[in-house]
Amino acid sequence: MRYSSLSLFRQGLSGHQGWPQAWRSPALKPTYDAVVIGGGGHGLAAAYYLAKVHGIKNVAVLERGWLGGGNTGRNTTIVRSNYFFPQSVALFDFALRQYEQLSEELNYNIMLSQRGILNIGHTEHQMELMARNVNAMLVNGIDVELLDAQQVRHELPLANFSADARYPILGGFTQRRGGVARHDAVAWGYARAADAFGIDIVQNCEVTDFRVEGGRLVGLETSLGPVSAGTFGLSASGHNGVLARKAGFRLPLTSYALQAMVSEPIKPVLDTVAMSWATGMYVSQSDKGELVFGAGLDLYPSYAQRGNLNVAQGVVAGMLEIFPAFRGLKMLRQWAGIVDVPWDYSPILGPSPVQNLHLNAGWGTGGFKATPAGGYFLAHAMATGEHHPISRPFDLSRFSTGAFIDEAAGAGISH
Amino acid sequence: MLSIPCPWCGPRDEPEFLFGGEPAVRPVPAADVTDAAWADYLYFRDNDKGPHAEIWCHAAGCGQWFVMRRDTATHAILSVRKPGEPA
Amino acid sequence: MTARRLSQGGRIDRTKPLPFTWHGTAMTGFAGDTVASALLANGVKIVGRSFKYHRARGIFGAWVEEPNGILDLEYNGAHDPNARATTVQLQAGMAARGVNARPDVDRDIYRGIDLLNRFLPAGFYYKTFFPNWHRYEPRIRAMAGLGRLRGDTDARHFENRSALADVLVVGAGPAGLAAARAASSAGLSVILADDRAEIGGSLLWNDATIDGYAGIDWAAHALVNSGVRILSRTTVFGAYDDGAFGLLECRATAPTGWAEDRLWTVRARQTILAPGAIERPLVFPHNDRPGVMLAAAALNYLRQYGVLVGDEVVVATNNDSAYATALALREAGATVTLADVRPALPDVAHAAQSVGIRVLANSVVLNTVGSGGVRLVDIGPADAASPRDATMRVPASVVATSGGFSPAVHLHSQSRGKLRWDESRAAFLPAGTVANQHFVAADTLAEAIAQGHGAGIAAATALGRTVTIAPPTTPTAPQADPIRPYWCVPIKGVRQWLDLQNDVTVKDVRLAARENYSSVEHLKRYTTLGMATDQGKTSNVNGLALLATATGQTIPQVGTTTFRPPYTPVTLGALAGMRHGALYAPWRHLPAHAEHAALNADMREYGNWWRPACYKRPGETAADAIQREAAAARRSAGLFDGSSLGKIIVDGPDAAAFLNLMYYNEVANLKPGRLRYVLLLRENGVVYDDGVVARIGPGRYQLSPSSSHTAGVLAMLEAWHQTEYPSLRVALHDVTSAWATFALSGPDSRNLLAPMTDIELTALPHMAFADGTILGIAGRIARVSFTGERSYEISVPASYGPSLWRALLQTDATPYGIESLSVLRAEKGYILIGTDTDGMTLPDDLGISGPLRAKKVDFVGKRSLTTPDALRLDRRQFVGLLPLDPHAVPHVGSHAIERTATGVRSLGWVTSACHSPALGRSIALGMIERGRALIESGGEVELFHLGKTSRAKIVSPVFYDAAGEKLHG
Repeated sequence: MRYSSLSLFRQGLSGHQGWPQAWRSPALKPTYDAVVIGGGGHGLAAAYYLAKVHGIKNVAVLERGWLGGGNTGRNTTIVRSNYFFPQSVALFDFALRQYEQLSEELNYNIMLSQRGILNIGHTEHQMELMARNVNAMLVNGIDVELLDAQQVRHELPLANFSADARYPILGGFTQRRGGVARHDAVAWGYARAADAFGIDIVQNCEVTDFRVEGGRLVGLETSLGPVSAGTFGLSASGHNGVLARKAGFRLPLTSYALQAMVSEPIKPVLDTVAMSWATGMYVSQSDKGELVFGAGLDLYPSYAQRGNLNVAQGVVAGMLEIFPAFRGLKMLRQWAGIVDVPWDYSPILGPSPVQNLHLNAGWGTGGFKATPAGGYFLAHAMATGEHHPISRPFDLSRFSTGAFIDEAAGAGISH
Repeated sequence: MLSIPCPWCGPRDEPEFLFGGEPAVRPVPAADVTDAAWADYLYFRDNDKGPHAEIWCHAAGCGQWFVMRRDTATHAILSVRKPGEPA
Repeated sequence: MTARRLSQGGRIDRTKPLPFTWHGTAMTGFAGDTVASALLANGVKIVGRSFKYHRARGIFGAWVEEPNGILDLEYNGAHDPNARATTVQLQAGMAARGVNARPDVDRDIYRGIDLLNRFLPAGFYYKTFFPNWHRYEPRIRAMAGLGRLRGDTDARHFENRSALADVLVVGAGPAGLAAARAASSAGLSVILADDRAEIGGSLLWNDATIDGYAGIDWAAHALVNSGVRILSRTTVFGAYDDGAFGLLECRATAPTGWAEDRLWTVRARQTILAPGAIERPLVFPHNDRPGVMLAAAALNYLRQYGVLVGDEVVVATNNDSAYATALALREAGATVTLADVRPALPDVAHAAQSVGIRVLANSVVLNTVGSGGVRLVDIGPADAASPRDATMRVPASVVATSGGFSPAVHLHSQSRGKLRWDESRAAFLPAGTVANQHFVAADTLAEAIAQGHGAGIAAATALGRTVTIAPPTTPTAPQADPIRPYWCVPIKGVRQWLDLQNDVTVKDVRLAARENYSSVEHLKRYTTLGMATDQGKTSNVNGLALLATATGQTIPQVGTTTFRPPYTPVTLGALAGMRHGALYAPWRHLPAHAEHAALNADMREYGNWWRPACYKRPGETAADAIQREAAAARRSAGLFDGSSLGKIIVDGPDAAAFLNLMYYNEVANLKPGRLRYVLLLRENGVVYDDGVVARIGPGRYQLSPSSSHTAGVLAMLEAWHQTEYPSLRVALHDVTSAWATFALSGPDSRNLLAPMTDIELTALPHMAFADGTILGIAGRIARVSFTGERSYEISVPASYGPSLWRALLQTDATPYGIESLSVLRAEKGYILIGTDTDGMTLPDDLGISGPLRAKKVDFVGKRSLTTPDALRLDRRQFVGLLPLDPHAVPHVGSHAIERTATGVRSLGWVTSACHSPALGRSIALGMIERGRALIESGGEVELFHLGKTSRAKIVSPVFYDAAGEKLHG
């Protein structure tokens, strides 16, 4: 049944008894044309695009837990494409353009809210770097605006503009097309649309081993039994490294916990997404009214999916430095996702050292915003065995050639 | 917040320490290794879930580096040793 | 009828009235009241409006479980937009208002939304409002949120504290008290944390006799002279690694100027969790009306606050505990009807019947009626299929309900403890144990005391100690009849609420199950069950039991959601503690800071150092001052404070060998007394830092990393020494803060300095140094220049810095700031690390390629300089740019662009730019693709900044004195 105001109205009259399942709970079949490992936003999107773009519908998505339960459900929901290098722009703006029509395409409201994403600069040096960034984006066709302090104040009236602020605000830049989207809805929307193509989304199915024959992946062992397929995609975010080891190779990844927190809901006080270049914090206000915020990674590798208090305290302190008005609000929840961080903070896409296994890895702290792109290019690689031109620069080989796409370095920020 | 048993100072709180990554063996002489082998040393990691070998520095304490085995799934610290000590 | 204050009873102090206001109306409570008990005592029924449907809401609980009483509270200059009425101690002068309502909770103009409820089921917004979400969102956003933030600052003072303990006991109810008492008798240091103002936990409202005393009297004396450190009003909100716990101490009554909230980190060797249990309600039609509340809360209000919640009360239960409420309310004069869903009356019913309580078996509430609060209650059989199955209609203003208790397993679960569903108690209980933790989940007082004492023994035993006291004694209570799990009334078509704040009903759970959002995490996210500010304390178990029913599973199959910190919301200011302002990231001051301030320097922050950008004279802009200062340094002499420049001593017989392995440039052949400019690379080949290395003796060097990299360089060298080259005998010391260093630069510098020192300056060539005295102070003079002029860096012990600065100023040298220096060095094409370089810059990009060819040592980063990308011919290279318009200074960050058939491409960017006083025109530096070839060919590029373009010629980055005559002269 298509979702619409009319169907909602009709179902309202009949007590909502007629809504079908958003997706089935199918049993795992022994063989598929394609198998995607990881039922997060990226993996579900890959399955959807395999069917939609490539006509491959005999597909399974294997999810260790519940679909959308990894980083898709644990991030701060920010979407943006304000990147420095043209390769990154091509990738992330592809994702943002998909997002811009995704609700309609999936017939599921992902609540894309293009309220803008505003980076705040605190020193002359940062303002110069911001100019370098903004010009790069303008040259690359991304519409961003460099703002002076007054303009920032207009957008962020509660930011700390007092004379004795530890980090004075000298200006910033904003991408108005950036913003937030409802993270769960992205996973659910893709899942529903993939399921509608007949794709099997198999939850509670953990991949335990890889059957590699002659350097070629032919099948998987799972907690629900073996499965074979013509092509495989690896899209398990924080666990990509662990699964790669099972398949017999290492990846240039380290898995860290990335924390996020929300406050209790308050009436709207923050109408854009704000990021500070001094404290590394980012904050937005959800449609429910909660402040959603985070900052840097926890200090050491972890698969524990929980944040540590001392890091959380630093994150909060960093936000209050910019928004002292929030001091009296309360943290309602604290959680963490496990992110797979490569050296240059850019994703690793395309072929793996094992034939037939394609990578969608290394999205690090920025995977949510790229969900449609991660899925689209993984589907492309799985279906064609080749890179899409947009994904090619993100090939694993760059670690040997040195052709990194190091956004932080390009933007003048050292790691 | 971990309580890390620095092999010189005894247990101290996590914020005093710096995580230094997985121990990686530097190819010598570096000039002789392939680009791929150099990349393997520089960037590729075991990234284990479970017991994991790591090097740490008691940066805000004695300043010494040491080797620690830690479970990345539970955060349990399994052992610490000074560099050069037998594992 | 509404609730009212009784003339006696409770633990409030009727001699201390506390005036407060509710929506501006003056009211009075007493010392010992919470805001909730005071509101109830003043007859307030509606305290809030629900999040989604704007339904009227009354006080439901009595402590942290409260979903409804979220208030806007002002007190003593501070403001809390989302205060939980049940946990805030009433203070004189508090101003309270309901939230999420306009103009107030009684007359809320949005209440009509509820009429549309049938069209607004769980997740309705996923099915509509698109593709034009941006049109709907602002209106939906405006509706959302609870309280309203006021003001743009919050002046409250927050603190962090840390503590260690042998044993941390969480909860000061009978179990926690018994545990703390036992552990402390074993000679252990014990911290007992409890979130209430008064210790005793459930003894504050339950009847009990312990060691022959009334329970609450025993609680007051149990720990006297025990040495136990009691933290009251302190919530243990989170369990972290290695026995660390986060605690929030709420000091709402703190005098102004002292910390209001304190966040503690307590690390304990053993932890005893005795958090008690949270009551959950029975779920029945229209169970959200003001007046419906938890049975234990009703008892709590009576016993602790002397508030009778209503004169006509229906008690609805599936277990024995609510009978205590019924009996107490009856004793206080209320008319009580008790509906028990269990088919047969329990033994305790006889006591109730004997005091005139009407007790009905196999009965449940089928409906509540009333506007703005319960007025009538329909009661009928527990298996009713329709509201018409009601067998009686009872006048009542309160329904006190109990559906059983959920032990607060949050901290156990946060500590990675597993949970199991206990059928007999209809609750999740810890399955197995967590290392060094002991959980008390007792069903009765006797069990609580026994388990608490036992946990104290277990903790003591684990620490090798012995408990020396006997457990407290309490009379054995009669065996309770078993609970009968009952998750909702089996009537379809009417709303039965689960999550009162977020308006999640039984129908929503069934809808989620129907649509296959059947994982408990999907349920939570799809329906928002348990996502409100109470975090589902009263609704989660009911919700997942109903999900189990709807999906044909058992409760253990459904499982529970992850418990995440915090247990209750934690003030952000308390988390940050004193980490704000200068304590968030301390500033570093130069030794002569006061002297710069006296000169009215334009002080700015550079990598945590607070340094003079320039010294503005009256009427000057910063740009004017920079030009004047730079010109003066070229014309005569300038004086610069370079004290922040790093100074690292490298000592030891292997110092030369070690540094040769570290630095890009050869340093082993440097002669004592000489200096060399060097680059330090990362192992990936990228230029990390530049600086000057001085060889002081055969086994001693001094490094001068850039100001913001000193700590990083030291850490890097230490790491390499300790982990890769431990056999090399070197020691590293950061002596930066021991020295004050001033640069005297310009043609006159030698003449000005010579009379002040015994060092023979004419014998000191460029890149050499000598030790001697300066104005009698032992120090060092280095001939080194970052301006391109003849320059002397004078270093003296930091304490002499101010006086030496003043003396040097007397020479008429012009003080110049870092921005002026930046102009001078740009004229010379000297790079500024982090400004002209970035995380991709290799040494060859800067035109420094000799060492890679010449140096045999396997220095850090060497191998990375021969990767295919490092050898690419189209890399960006360091160049000078001369704008075709000599009056226009290009904006730093402008890109050089190339127009191609398909669009525009960046060739690189401007990294530094200024008006050059020496050249009388604008100059710039930048990193430009194939830049060196463009220098050779005299190429031009188009510069782009914010849509505007200009042109510049690519030239050598050395604009001034290319031959170095000024420098060496």
